[in-house]
Amino acid sequence: MSIKITLTVNGVKHTNKVEPRMLLVHYLRDVLKLTGTHVGCDTSGCGACTIHVNGKATKSCTMLAVQADKAKIITIEGMATHHELHPLQEAFNQCHGLQCGFCTPGMIMTAADFLTRNKKPNEKEIREALEGNLCRCTGYENIVKSIQYAADKMSAPKARKTKKEATV
Amino acid sequence: MSTNNGNGADAPNRFIGKSVKRVEDKRFTTGHGRYTDDIVLPHQTYAAFVRSQYAHAKIVSVNITTAKAMPGVVAIYTGAHVAEVNGVPCGWQVNFKNGTPMKEPKHPLLVTDKARHVGDAIAIVIARSKEEAEDAAQAVEVKYEELPCEIDAFKAAQPGAPLVHDDVPNNICYDWALGNPIDEVNAAMNSASHVTTLEFVNQRLIPNAIEPRCYNASYDRIHDHYTLYTSSQNPHVIRLLMCAFVLGIPEHKVRVVSPDVGGGFGSKIFHYTEEALLTWCSKHIGRPVKWTAERSESFLTDAHGRDHITKAEMGFDNDGKIVALRVKTYANLGAYLSTFGSCVPSYLHGTLMQGLYTTPKINIDVTAVFTHTTAVDAYRGAGRPEATYVLERLMDLAAHEMKVDPVELRFKNFIPPFDGVTQPGYQTQVALQYDSGNYHGVLEKGLQMLGYDDFRKAQKEAAHNGKLLGVGFSTYIEACGIAPSSVVGSLGARAGLFEFGQVRVQPTGKVTVFTGSHSHGQGHETTFAQVVADKLGISMDDVHIVHGDTGKIGFGMGTYGSRSLAVGGTAIVKSIEKIIEKGKKIAAHLLEASADDIDFANGNFTVKGTDKSIPFANIALTAYVPHKYPDDLEPGLDFSSFYDPANFTYPFGCHIAVVEVDKETGKVTLKRFIAVDDVGNIINPMIVEGQIHGGVAQGIGQALFEGAEYDNNGQLTNASYMDYCMPRADDFPMYETATQITPCPHNPLGVKGAGEAGAIGSTPAVVNAVLDALWSGGHEVKDIRMPLTSERVWRAMQN
Repeated sequence: MSIKITLTVNGVKHTNKVEPRMLLVHYLRDVLKLTGTHVGCDTSGCGACTIHVNGKATKSCTMLAVQADKAKIITIEGMATHHELHPLQEAFNQCHGLQCGFCTPGMIMTAADFLTRNKKPNEKEIREALEGNLCRCTGYENIVKSIQYAADKMSAPKARKTKKEATV
Repeated sequence: MSTNNGNGADAPNRFIGKSVKRVEDKRFTTGHGRYTDDIVLPHQTYAAFVRSQYAHAKIVSVNITTAKAMPGVVAIYTGAHVAEVNGVPCGWQVNFKNGTPMKEPKHPLLVTDKARHVGDAIAIVIARSKEEAEDAAQAVEVKYEELPCEIDAFKAAQPGAPLVHDDVPNNICYDWALGNPIDEVNAAMNSASHVTTLEFVNQRLIPNAIEPRCYNASYDRIHDHYTLYTSSQNPHVIRLLMCAFVLGIPEHKVRVVSPDVGGGFGSKIFHYTEEALLTWCSKHIGRPVKWTAERSESFLTDAHGRDHITKAEMGFDNDGKIVALRVKTYANLGAYLSTFGSCVPSYLHGTLMQGLYTTPKINIDVTAVFTHTTAVDAYRGAGRPEATYVLERLMDLAAHEMKVDPVELRFKNFIPPFDGVTQPGYQTQVALQYDSGNYHGVLEKGLQMLGYDDFRKAQKEAAHNGKLLGVGFSTYIEACGIAPSSVVGSLGARAGLFEFGQVRVQPTGKVTVFTGSHSHGQGHETTFAQVVADKLGISMDDVHIVHGDTGKIGFGMGTYGSRSLAVGGTAIVKSIEKIIEKGKKIAAHLLEASADDIDFANGNFTVKGTDKSIPFANIALTAYVPHKYPDDLEPGLDFSSFYDPANFTYPFGCHIAVVEVDKETGKVTLKRFIAVDDVGNIINPMIVEGQIHGGVAQGIGQALFEGAEYDNNGQLTNASYMDYCMPRADDFPMYETATQITPCPHNPLGVKGAGEAGAIGSTPAVVNAVLDALWSGGHEVKDIRMPLTSERVWRAMQN
């Protein structure tokens, strides 16, 4: 038995028939080939699969694809717009917030949602916001700094970027 | 990113020593990394495993009839199908004290007779989809006859314990000792005026790379050629072991690719049974087959780390000088010998027992034991954290017992500074010769950062106010870039430990580098490019680093033991030297001078003492368009090198932890963590600091949070992220890090290695700090078993 779902992913509308038991993360990875969203644990413990569902950070390994019917979804691939990196994507590079890169998409998606709710977070608030995301490489410090860097940048008055910085 | 860092195109070392931002980041931050599980091949199939639910059980029967008829099933194989195939090999032979070789039972691709740990693979089910494979795996009927099991290394080595392998008496893989003769050590210990004795467990840890292990194997019948994509730290090693030792297939018919790999920490060094089995299956079914571990499978089947039961004694004379060290360890190997399982508790552990101290008599004795648990092998640090834990716990405890300052006790016993150039290396009692060191320096720097005198005052004041503050020290040494091959071969290594590096200059002067080293987070694409760009005087944009593919790279030994830059980087430097030497001959011809009169600097070949020069790119073009060219020179500009180091490298450092312990609950709060590390010369300080951060977090994780918990039935009771306490962002303060630089005297970059230092130094510092806090409140506690949970600390305070 398959169920038809229609949803918008990174601004593109998709209609597919899926098995009822298919997880949203597998729909994104296997059907839409958006492999930037990763599976690290199957039990929503690691956060590598974090995406935005209707604007909220959500662990896509704990949601069925059919539950995402009619939803608006953003994945890591949708974060850079018009070839311009999201400030968090730039920040993770500037602050060495990643090593192997496997947890990075989930970290960025979690942080992006967090920064819409807390525009001027302190260190403690950032660390608590990352409660649901595991990183084994960085010891978290540079991830915390990356999020602080992005927060500062996003709340600063719009400065003109150099062309090189802004290009994906 | 500006690639010249504003230093101008001709300034020397435009990149080396600078925190150049990583060139690999863009693909990872935008979701375009390519990990093994991202790869789907035409006609892809998927595998799921039937795994033992028992730690020790006879396999009475395996019935696949129902499962085989399930939708989408392509094939099912059991132990009987691969009974003729070799098991996966161990890469290091350790001998018993009496000279006989270690016991090396077969580690089969699928078990036939009995299961030896929970998670042991009984059958593989291959289907059109993951879901169908998993459904069918559920339908495979296995009849077990449960047998008694043993999970504890000490108990397993006692007469009468249940045997893991029928042909391994008392489950003992080997017994082994290193250092001075035991009689001499006993005599020195007996002469001591004070002996500090400590019995403890260095608990079992689970590496937990966030990317689960994943393999995708395919076979091309037309060309009789295999391709294996694997989440491995060393694809060439996997190819060699799998071809030569397991499957008996020709190496030139196999390509092994490790694309982006999501962390390793040692656990992805080893040749796992699933790699060989999937490769074998791909030929049998004629379709590619992929397996991705679920996290619970990762917990049960990725090789674990540590798991030592140790008794250690350190003797001191009246003056506080160490006179002897005696250590006895039972090392748990798990149910099978993993690739380097045998050498971790022996040659990577015993050889570090000198630490930073002038201890004149040392004996380390290790009994390595099979148990009904997952195999144990190298995990970040591999043997060196265990050795450091022995020494540094003893030092702080001894200082407390003798009522002397732990810092003064270290200064009194440190090996004096030596540079390894004008002063010789330091010969230890346990086989190694340290290359260079300044141990006083790192401790002094750490004390400055801590503000030691002020801390002790604050501690006293806190104790007066009913608060428990503590400081713990750890001054560690480690051995990286294990080498040379001839020496490690004589100690039992079954592989060479060199590295390969090829530098291909393209006709336009752009450079492609092929390295046998592998990055799974370390940032080779940046660090190696920094080295190449500086040495050739070109832009980093003009350098491309290729790694992780046996189809592209001549050979390689991979990345582990913090070896990438010291060994792999040096192989590249050697090839660059050959490029420059040949470039000089071409330049000499063009400039009508002698090659001896040509200098190469800042990207230009120049006739000494003149302004006649030719840029590097022109020489490259001439090498490929050799119209005006020396008669006796081959065209082209492309060199390979193999580099086999003269010695290990020996980074060292000082880690200091400050904790507060809650008297009511036993909760430990890490207030400060100071790390002063000397990893030799530094190519990219940002990356080195990142490596230290990550290592420190894992070391603190061991001290405070992590530990595999087996019950008496051999069930791993915390095999998920719900149960195994992985450190999270809010568990840590900001780390306070600093470096000291004592160059390595025996490689041209002067580098030592930074990957494991953090995990080696940090653990004892934290545990020492907690004990110091308890001591400040009058609790005379000798040891608390790691991880130091609130409950354990609270209970320790009640006694």
